Amino acid sequence: MSWKIWSLKKSPWVFHVNTGACNNCDIEIVNLLTPKFDVERFGIKLVGSPRHADALLVTGVVTRQAAPRLQEVYRQTSKPCVVFAIGACACDKGIFHNGYHVVGPVDKIIKEIDPNAIIAYVPGCPPKPEAMISGVVKALSTL
Amino acid sequence: MTEVLQNLFWILIFPGFLFTACFGLIACWIVRKVSALVQWRVGPPFYQPFVDVIKLMGKEILVPQQAQRTVFLTAPLVGLAGLLLLSTMLWRITIEPTVPFVGDVIVAIYLMALPSLALILGSSASASPHAAVGTSREMKLVMSYELPLVMAFIVVIIKSGGQLSLATLAQQTPALSISGMLAFLVSLLCIQAKLGFVPFDIAEAETELGSGVLMEYSGALLAVWKLIQAMMLVAMPLFLVIMFLGGFGTSGMSLVWGICKYVLILVLMILIKNTNPRVRIDQAMKFFWIYCGIVLAVAILLATIGDCYGINWL
Repeated sequence: MSWKIWSLKKSPWVFHVNTGACNNCDIEIVNLLTPKFDVERFGIKLVGSPRHADALLVTGVVTRQAAPRLQEVYRQTSKPCVVFAIGACACDKGIFHNGYHVVGPVDKIIKEIDPNAIIAYVPGCPPKPEAMISGVVKALSTL
Repeated sequence: MTEVLQNLFWILIFPGFLFTACFGLIACWIVRKVSALVQWRVGPPFYQPFVDVIKLMGKEILVPQQAQRTVFLTAPLVGLAGLLLLSTMLWRITIEPTVPFVGDVIVAIYLMALPSLALILGSSASASPHAAVGTSREMKLVMSYELPLVMAFIVVIIKSGGQLSLATLAQQTPALSISGMLAFLVSLLCIQAKLGFVPFDIAEAETELGSGVLMEYSGALLAVWKLIQAMMLVAMPLFLVIMFLGGFGTSGMSLVWGICKYVLILVLMILIKNTNPRVRIDQAMKFFWIYCGIVLAVAILLATIGDCYGINWL
């Protein structure tokens, strides 16, 4: 294993992108940073800029307005990076799949600009914090 | 030739880059761990800051299209160079008090301003609106804390009878007198602002500005900024120890005592960081210029009176 991958696994910094979520997944993400789960133990840190991030936590079904922004945020993230689709909406449109404002699940939008993007899915409405940690572990172990 | 090699060794390895960076990253871990304990969390393992820097070294460097490339890319190196000189100077004076030259306090004060200046240059060259707001706040912050900081050092210099050499200033402990204590407390707050710790992290403000001044930096350049922040965590408290608390010994008990002083300053800073909300930039300016200014005017007056009449405790 190269030192780049090893260090990436030991300190994944995450940036949170909301592309039209109902805020429920966002609350659960913030839950991860609280004393009960404390993901800083594993070096996971929430950062304020996509340029610092190693992982994008995307919540919500991608709306027409949000899609180009999501692609721009992905372009601005320094590679290598992982995209996490958090929640049922982000994974597969969820209950909004027939909505007029919905352009697609997260993986479709990201793969339009980078077909080789690494995308991890954490389903649930909202997913439990334990599920998110397990998703992060699984995604990082495939690197 | 050997002298050149010796100097390079000092700057790059022992008291300079390698030593200060490792020391600083451990200090970074102490900051994160104690903050976690204050918040009833477990906190990261001790190697976390090292891994962060290694990881950033391996990431892609993105330069914004409209950025002024040369300034954007060289600013972190300028900051690192200034800080490297400062920390080497401070450690050398600690290890071997015979080497300093007269007026090195003034050089040290100038070198202390260099990382903030590089930060302002680098972030204003990045052509990002968030970074622009961060830059303007950082400039105002530098303007507000530099004056009280220099005034606090003037108190020390008056108390020492006009000495301008760090080695002689390190011989005495001005913090044991009233004026020295006031100056020490004010300079502690100024250092807090210099390090960008919480009541004065206005320029970085994660929640409102993304990361403000550091917003557009990525990869190895961000790693250099993280190293600068880590090394400042060593150099600034060390400077305060030398100026106010009677310096850092190198043998036996005096070394232990010196480390205790350093840890005291670090823990005070962490506690201030964890028990205060972020202030607005106008509140910070008012605080530094008016309140700290008044306190320091009193301290200078007391120190001058004490110096004239030979009263040491004033």
